[in-house]
Amino acid sequence: MSWQVHLPALLLAVPLLGAFLAPLTALGGKGLRNTWFVLVSAAFTVIAFLLWTRVGSTGTAIYVMGGQGWNLALPSGMSIPVRILMEVDAFSAFMVLLSAVAALAGALFSIAFMDRFSGLEKFVALYFLMVTGMFGMEITGDFFNFFVFLEISSVASFGLVAFWRDRGEALEAAFKYMLVSTLGALMVLVAVAFLYSKYNVVNMATLGKVIEWGMVEKTALVLFLTALAMKCGAVPMHMWMPDAYAEAPAGVTCALIAVSQASLYGLFRVTYTIFGAFMGSPVIPWVIIVLGVLSMFIGVSMAVIQKEVGRLIAYHSVSQVGYMLLGFGVGLLALSDARAMAEYGFTALKGGIYHIVNYTMYKGLLFLSAGALYYATGCRNLNDMGGLGRKMPKTMVLFMIAAAAIAGLPPFNGFVSKLYLYESTFAVHPILAVFAMVTSVLTLASFVKIFQTAFLGPALKKFENVREVPGTMLIGMSVLGVAILALSLFPTWSVNHLVEPAAKALVDQASYVGAVFAASLTGGGL
Amino acid sequence: MTGNFPYLVVGILFVMGFIGIVFEKNLMKIAIAVSVVEAATNLFIITLGYRSGGSIPVWTMAGSGSSRMVLPTPQALTLTAIVIGLATTALMLSFAMSIYRHYGSLDVRDVRRLRG
Repeated sequence: MSWQVHLPALLLAVPLLGAFLAPLTALGGKGLRNTWFVLVSAAFTVIAFLLWTRVGSTGTAIYVMGGQGWNLALPSGMSIPVRILMEVDAFSAFMVLLSAVAALAGALFSIAFMDRFSGLEKFVALYFLMVTGMFGMEITGDFFNFFVFLEISSVASFGLVAFWRDRGEALEAAFKYMLVSTLGALMVLVAVAFLYSKYNVVNMATLGKVIEWGMVEKTALVLFLTALAMKCGAVPMHMWMPDAYAEAPAGVTCALIAVSQASLYGLFRVTYTIFGAFMGSPVIPWVIIVLGVLSMFIGVSMAVIQKEVGRLIAYHSVSQVGYMLLGFGVGLLALSDARAMAEYGFTALKGGIYHIVNYTMYKGLLFLSAGALYYATGCRNLNDMGGLGRKMPKTMVLFMIAAAAIAGLPPFNGFVSKLYLYESTFAVHPILAVFAMVTSVLTLASFVKIFQTAFLGPALKKFENVREVPGTMLIGMSVLGVAILALSLFPTWSVNHLVEPAAKALVDQASYVGAVFAASLTGGGL
Repeated sequence: MTGNFPYLVVGILFVMGFIGIVFEKNLMKIAIAVSVVEAATNLFIITLGYRSGGSIPVWTMAGSGSSRMVLPTPQALTLTAIVIGLATTALMLSFAMSIYRHYGSLDVRDVRRLRG
């Protein structure tokens, strides 16, 4: 029994410890607090990486909190699945890895970015709490814990969005975000209760095994779908997203993106693993596809008209989430049909999963560079900017990488995932691919706009004293920049090693369920 | 004995809460409406675990007569949910307070600097 079996628990324990010790480290001054911030972030990134390699080599990892097996055997011989369970399959491990990278980049960036503000020990504590919640959502094996972690990450992120509480707009954004999030979380809880009322379990694997298709399940599914689509910013309830993303400090937004991806993860865990092939009717997949197409199109058309850098990029998040919903929706549509799955379903799923990692990396980088612009110039409005390329060449290069990736220009990673989506959605209905392409073109247009107005043009007199941002901010941005370049230069490697295992794990419901039962038969997951 | 009456109450509370969130204009009242939805959710979970005539869910080796117990899990879930609800309500009210300081109003029609 190697120490590596404890990785799932460590993944939660390390940031949690980081959060609670952060106020104490502040007693040791600024240096100690910043060291702690970086140290803990680096630690959870390493743990996430180890966990990912371990799951890659030894298969799904099961971890039972505080016990050997996940069953409690009563004297009467009856056995009840009560213990708290972490289940990390390839898809979870993949999500954990990319969330950790985004959170690390956000943390590195925040050190210099937030330096001029007070109350940073609380900032660090909330940041780590949010990260804990995010990891928890991605590795938990039971629904009630999913709700708890969802609330942990949400409540911490409300505080972070409103961190600049001297700005009324930040509070307004936080209130809006909070309203949507809290309602969403309560709907998740009601859905969990519905499932509990019928099966008396909250364990995901057990539910996946015993679930049938009836009224209770339909209600629960609709509640899950609505709540998690709200949380990840799909169209009818997307209005919190541009507000919160644009008003939060840039480093936080970078991690918030990963948090919204965790909600997306929950959505697909529910639809693929719990309901999976039971979902005979194509209604739910089509609802997801339509939500995806609407998000893509409405998000991007709102983005084109924005003048504020943060809001413009934030509206693109709505449209990018649409791409993922589209990919996963098409995959779900093909799930019960082996031939369709082989023809286009699996490609769509791969495209969706690949888009998750690409989106987290380039969108994080875009927000960080928007933050860098704000840090250097103090303005948010595009109309006030110009000629900054001469003053901030490194930021410009990093922004260029991210903008090319999000627009899907050929050598970059965004192109690969979008190509998968075009190919596969075309097989379902050509109009879907058309929407995806039009969205891509509009995306390019709006990023050309930012690039042209902010970085190019004559040097403005008021920006004479603007200098390149400090080194730690550049390091934070480079983490994501390097990740994008690596994904772009080695697309075959990333598809084979990152994306495919995750896609296979998501489709293979039996293995997710089986892993838990195998672990309990052999007397424990440890 | 109680039949479906608790579920009816849950439904009514839920709908009331939702109506409050959608139609109320005052931030404080919106916060109250969220709490009402929260209460409805908690009541729902507790009701699910209730067994008519059941005893408290504690096993003793001696066996205390009734083998019919209310379910313990929903109670544990509800306790957690109540604590989380407390945190969100407190935070929401403090946001409302800070918003009042900045905007001089609690009316959602006045708190609209972010749009478009």
